[in-house]
Amino acid sequence: MSPDPAPQTLLDKIWERHLVRPQSEDAPAVLYIDRHLVHEVTSPQAFAALKARGLRLRRPERTFATMDHSTPTVPFAAHEQPPYASEETRKQVAALEENCSAFGITLHGWDSPHRGVVHVMAPELGLTLPGMTVVCGDSHTATHGAFGALAFGIGTTEVGHVLATQCLLQRKPKALRVTITGRLHAGVSAKDMALCVMAALGAGGGAGHVIEYAGEAVRALNMEERMTLCNMSIEAGARAGMVAPDRVTFAWLKDRPHAPRGEAWEAALEDWRTLHSDEGAQFDKEITLNARLMAPMITYGLSPDKAMAVDSITPQPCSALEREALAYMGFTPGRPVMGEKVDVVFVGSCTNGRLSDLRAAARILRGHKVAEGVRMLVAPGSEAVRRAAEAEGLDEIFKAAGAEWRLPGCSMCIAMNGDMAQPGELVVSTSNRNFAGRQGKGARTVLASPATAAASAVWGEIADPRAFMEVPCVA
Amino acid sequence: MSLDAMPLKPFKTLRSKTLVLAAQDIDTDQIIPARFLTTTSSAGLGQYAFYDWRFDETGQPRNSDPLAGKDPQAHRILVGGANFGCGSSREHAPWALKDYGFAVIISSRIADIFKSNALKNGLLPIEVEAGIHTDLLDNPGCELVVDLEACTLSRPGHWTHTFSIEPFGRRCLLEGVDPLAFLQKCEADIARFEARHA
Ligand code: SF4
Repeated sequence: MSPDPAPQTLLDKIWERHLVRPQSEDAPAVLYIDRHLVHEVTSPQAFAALKARGLRLRRPERTFATMDHSTPTVPFAAHEQPPYASEETRKQVAALEENCSAFGITLHGWDSPHRGVVHVMAPELGLTLPGMTVVCGDSHTATHGAFGALAFGIGTTEVGHVLATQCLLQRKPKALRVTITGRLHAGVSAKDMALCVMAALGAGGGAGHVIEYAGEAVRALNMEERMTLCNMSIEAGARAGMVAPDRVTFAWLKDRPHAPRGEAWEAALEDWRTLHSDEGAQFDKEITLNARLMAPMITYGLSPDKAMAVDSITPQPCSALEREALAYMGFTPGRPVMGEKVDVVFVGSCTNGRLSDLRAAARILRGHKVAEGVRMLVAPGSEAVRRAAEAEGLDEIFKAAGAEWRLPGCSMCIAMNGDMAQPGELVVSTSNRNFAGRQGKGARTVLASPATAAASAVWGEIADPRAFMEVPCVA
Repeated sequence: MSLDAMPLKPFKTLRSKTLVLAAQDIDTDQIIPARFLTTTSSAGLGQYAFYDWRFDETGQPRNSDPLAGKDPQAHRILVGGANFGCGSSREHAPWALKDYGFAVIISSRIADIFKSNALKNGLLPIEVEAGIHTDLLDNPGCELVVDLEACTLSRPGHWTHTFSIEPFGRRCLLEGVDPLAFLQKCEADIARFEARHA
């Protein structure tokens, strides 16, 4: 009888399945990529490299493209040209259209009912399945790990490698398990959980690692919430984040356009049920957090790990740099930030642009108005999210409150398409990065959940969403 | 066209002065703001490197930033605070730094995707231990010698430090090996893998 195989992590299992060649001292592993997602910003130079070498796409059927980053979100009529912010953005999108048609890639462009932010639209189509390797020239590819896939962002040179060979040269990352025990209180969301994890790990705390999120609190999340959690993994420097697939995952995937059907579905389920870290599997690093201690969070500094409970006070800076970051934000050490005047509120992005996010914001806005002097933008994550939101009247709630209801796209998350804040403006944003200038030169970004963003819009100040909910305020 | 088209210019040694950007967590949005990513080429991005540090809201040079008045050709080694290059996967960040004039990036920790992107563009990322890092942060403009063959970084007259670097990335830089050509030579293995998983 052969001895029991050594217990494996989920990462080990997916890694092993995709080895074309194992790594050696001299060379990284050759890793097979199941799914490649492409968008307009990080692909043109990769297509150019292929053309320069006279290469074709190895697996067009494994490659899907959409346009989201520099595409306008201002609604326009069917006979009009999309209102691009500049000639360059128009050309960049046109280049993607040309490249997709030249190389035979399915593009979910302006005429597709599935167009959207790449990390929102791909899972909706069932393009991300448990056990897959998924890559995209975008660091928030970690989102897809919510399905128990190994999904990570790559640079443009590597985009070219995958286009040409469907493979990547990779060293195996280390495994980091983040276990979250207990249950979240009402009024506390997956975004708050993600910000708590970032605060615990620090901006570089996950470097070199793939995070596996585990524990009761993670199991209790639905798929949209798991995507929010995995999405932020890169903000701790981790290459990827993942959650082992379970019944919640399978129920969500069933009957999605690209999910297996019939007998193939049954066979897939049987296989997917093996995709979890074995009892006793060794992780290179582990941390445990308690969901019961989590509150609605906001950021106060210039990286996503500088996060704290919305009702607490900013810490005393420990260095000149931290002092400068607080000064940039216009916050005083040792003071609350609740009550700080807000100029712009953004709800959207691959972190919080899904239907449940829009519902959470709408629940707070219903019957209220966006405060005088505050501009609020809501950009659904995809056309599917937009349709679903409009079908249940969420757009009407936003518009009645005085918010702008936009087309799907990255919008103010990256501020490439003309949607941006002015210098000095304070933005409460449901996106994932509060780097200096991320939302416009000189703009100040506070990251928060959709509920906190909506509450801040109504109040005109950074606000605790629990004030709008029938939930006890537990500190 | 040959498979080995477009190899990088080999990198062996460099002697240059450092330019120190001491801030921690210098993210890719600082290295090149997103609004300059609308290009479809990778050339000429150096003008946008650290743009918002170098220019004010009206596009006027600030002249107060750490890059002001430093000749890029004389300061080809960038020393950054911990966790340099965090944030997005944009390869525009190393493209911009390379085009600006940098050839080497040193920090106590360099973000994973940035590190991988840098190596692929002939920009050498070197991670050093805390003591060396502190010395470099404390002595902006000091002269360093980088020897990739020996994997040493030295500050002449002060210290020599051996750094470690992913061996394949090192070979690509030293010999100008092209990773895509390497992958293409794995064709038989890739085809076998696909047949097995069809
Ligand atoms: S929404 Fe933001 S983080 Fe997500 S893909 Fe778009 S730009 Fe990147």
